[in-house]
Amino acid sequence: MKNKKDNTTLLQIKDLKIEGFSDERWHKIIKGVNLELKRGEVLGLIGESGAGKSTLGLAAMGYTQPGCRITGGQINFDGVDLTKRTDSEKRKYWGNRMTYVAQSAAASFNPAHRLINQTTESTIRAGLKKQNEAFDEARALYDALNLPNPETIGERYPHQVSGGQLQRIMTAMAMSPNPDLIVFDEPTTALDVTTQVEVLAAMRDIVKTYGTAAIYITHDLSVVAQMADRIKVLRYGEEVEEAMTRKMLKSPKENYTKSLWSVRSIQKPEKKSKDIILEVKNVDAFYGSFHVLKNINIKLPLGRTVALVGESGSGKSTVARVITGLLEPKIGSVKFKNRELPPSLKGRTKDQLQKIQMIYQMADVAMNPKQTVYDIISRPASFFAGLTGANLRKRVVELLEQIDLDESFIDRYPSELSGGQKQRICIARALAANPEVVICDEVTSALDQIVQEGILTLLGRLQKDLNLSYIFITHDIATVKAISDEVVVMNEGEVVEQGLKSEIFSPPHPEYTELLLSSVPEMDPDWLTDLLKARNY
Amino acid sequence: MHPVVKTVLERLGLGLATLFFVSIIIFSAIEMLPGDFGQAILGQAALPETVAAFRQELGLDKPAYIRYFDWALGAIQGDLGTSFSGRNASGADRSAEVVDKIAPRLWNTLFLASMAALIAVPLSLILGILTALYRNSFFDRSVNTATLTTISFPEFFVAYILILFFASLNQIFPSLANVDPDTNFGERIYRTALPAFTLTLVIVAHMMRMTRAAIINLLASPYIQMAKLSGASQTEIILKHALPNAWAPIATVIAFNLAYLVVGVVVVEVVFVYPGVGQLMVDAVRTRDIPVVQGCALIFAVTYILLNLIADIIGIVTNPRLLHPK
Repeated sequence: MKNKKDNTTLLQIKDLKIEGFSDERWHKIIKGVNLELKRGEVLGLIGESGAGKSTLGLAAMGYTQPGCRITGGQINFDGVDLTKRTDSEKRKYWGNRMTYVAQSAAASFNPAHRLINQTTESTIRAGLKKQNEAFDEARALYDALNLPNPETIGERYPHQVSGGQLQRIMTAMAMSPNPDLIVFDEPTTALDVTTQVEVLAAMRDIVKTYGTAAIYITHDLSVVAQMADRIKVLRYGEEVEEAMTRKMLKSPKENYTKSLWSVRSIQKPEKKSKDIILEVKNVDAFYGSFHVLKNINIKLPLGRTVALVGESGSGKSTVARVITGLLEPKIGSVKFKNRELPPSLKGRTKDQLQKIQMIYQMADVAMNPKQTVYDIISRPASFFAGLTGANLRKRVVELLEQIDLDESFIDRYPSELSGGQKQRICIARALAANPEVVICDEVTSALDQIVQEGILTLLGRLQKDLNLSYIFITHDIATVKAISDEVVVMNEGEVVEQGLKSEIFSPPHPEYTELLLSSVPEMDPDWLTDLLKARNY
Repeated sequence: MHPVVKTVLERLGLGLATLFFVSIIIFSAIEMLPGDFGQAILGQAALPETVAAFRQELGLDKPAYIRYFDWALGAIQGDLGTSFSGRNASGADRSAEVVDKIAPRLWNTLFLASMAALIAVPLSLILGILTALYRNSFFDRSVNTATLTTISFPEFFVAYILILFFASLNQIFPSLANVDPDTNFGERIYRTALPAFTLTLVIVAHMMRMTRAAIINLLASPYIQMAKLSGASQTEIILKHALPNAWAPIATVIAFNLAYLVVGVVVVEVVFVYPGVGQLMVDAVRTRDIPVVQGCALIFAVTYILLNLIADIIGIVTNPRLLHPK
């Protein structure tokens, strides 16, 4: 394939307006956005959830999701206005001259077909290549994307390869017809950071090699900094600003763009503490015969925050399950204020249960959708503290004030709250028990940057006011820096390293911590290039 | 051993265990029926000694568990015992083997069931796929309404309506489906046409709607959007991307309906005077011909277990996660 890069315009979107149907009426999703893309250029689209970036990315292909409609504007792709074309006409472009890489590769591959058949499906359908020719080229792409066993990996089914591999195979699928345009829709969001590095590198290389134009959609500025030549910031379906990558990173003009950095700007000075409130001692735990935790020792100092860091499958959530008594450890014990807790939830007294509370990642599913905010918060308050009637209501209002919400929220249902408000209600529910230790399991992972900042600030303030001790489980290093006093790094069920934040983040590091920390994307557009050089790729 | 083979063998074992328990239930249920066969045949006036002698002759005086094992061991070897009917007070014995009584009836039942299945299954699949493809269209709504209508009427009503239109007003098919072992194949098909149509109308709705629902359920999957964005047409999306992932629920519903065709069609048999197993069983219950009742019940149980086993196996082999483990 030859490099397609030149300076002619490939895609031009003019004053595009898109509406979506929900709650019995049409809402504006995209409110008149302009966009231009040259051949071989990579444009980064960033914004928070609801900014309309995915809708715009799909619209660049002339595609609207079911329940959406284009109400105005033009999408000129290589001189053809896609808004005026029927679906069957646009199908000749899809999977041929323009392709799509979705966020969740695991869900976006058909479980019933072999990978190589899916990789080459659209190429063969469009009649671009014969089957064996397309298969050979797919294998060459697998090789170029650094997949293991490129000759045979295509014979597998989606469930037989890992998430990071699937994401690269999806990139191969997008490259297979040698398209003019690829839309990458949050392609690495679901991946662990160490995996993300490899996938980003593979995608960037291949797009450069073939000179394919790309739209790269993400909410992560540091990721887009590595990938894009130019960045466009979206908010509420409108453009905030657009600039070349380096310029945008150095001197963002709009306040909104600046606020996207915000979480990275929270810094908490670490504090030592001698008093240990909770201790996990020599714990080994199993799921069936699977050894999840291997000799875990963690100490939580009183009134401090210990961050548990690790990638998916490292066992960090399992530690929370052992502490709360949801999972009985095979060996070892959990001590609260120097007294051993019964291993199982059933054996613990009401008082012991009350002292340790949990907040979850998905506030959505951690609340009963049929209960009002009052029901949700009042239940632990009446169960543990025995409050009733007017006292109970007073307590609920007080808790709402603590989380910066007012009394008007008391009769609302979870579906009437925003993501950040839902998480606040979950925090209030945990506080209602008057706990001393709160376990926060990825509580900000599902939230946008600015909302994250609000939640983290709130948690910090509550810690000070109520002298709470936190175990904060996260995979996000920026969050760790923002909130922790001490850090525990976990990998494959073992504690790699444990210590004060300043010690963990300053070299020398154990090998895994080094890999983990160096894999966290930085705002510097040269970060990926430098990292790959350092790692000798 | 390949995990699929292992799973299939496991299911087979479970099926046999189920059959064992079902056989105990059948036997005990019949044990608990009120009344006594000997008394019923010989009449109220019979002397107690006569009744006792008669019971002894039939083996009814032995304890229940011994009779169960006799029966179960026989059944494993294909011997379901001797029918009680044909015996009478005079002591004449014109009774027949249960197997000989059931075999021709079972053949008739399976013939009718196969005919209905051969029409209904492809029809439901095609309609299910088409309605999924053109969902919410006029075609979709008409098919849904029509099949729901036919399933909503009692089967005898559907049967009489068909007789009215195809046998009385227009004499296309016979209204009676009386076949015997000498009826040739073509004639058989012709005579069983109306009962087969009736059964088709009764079962199509269930299978068709499940096919439609199973496919539409998958259309919201991210991989379907991916297929759209790679330029696949609607037809291709449904046949190539949705259907291969929808077989498990569809197979279950088909198995359920096929089992119904074998075990639940007595009403249709009565309307068309068709000599099937259902009628045989009803007659046997009326005359307290216990070995025949037990035999029929056992055959019904085997049918259910076997068809569900097949549906399970289809569910397994169409699931690449099970067929191609990591």
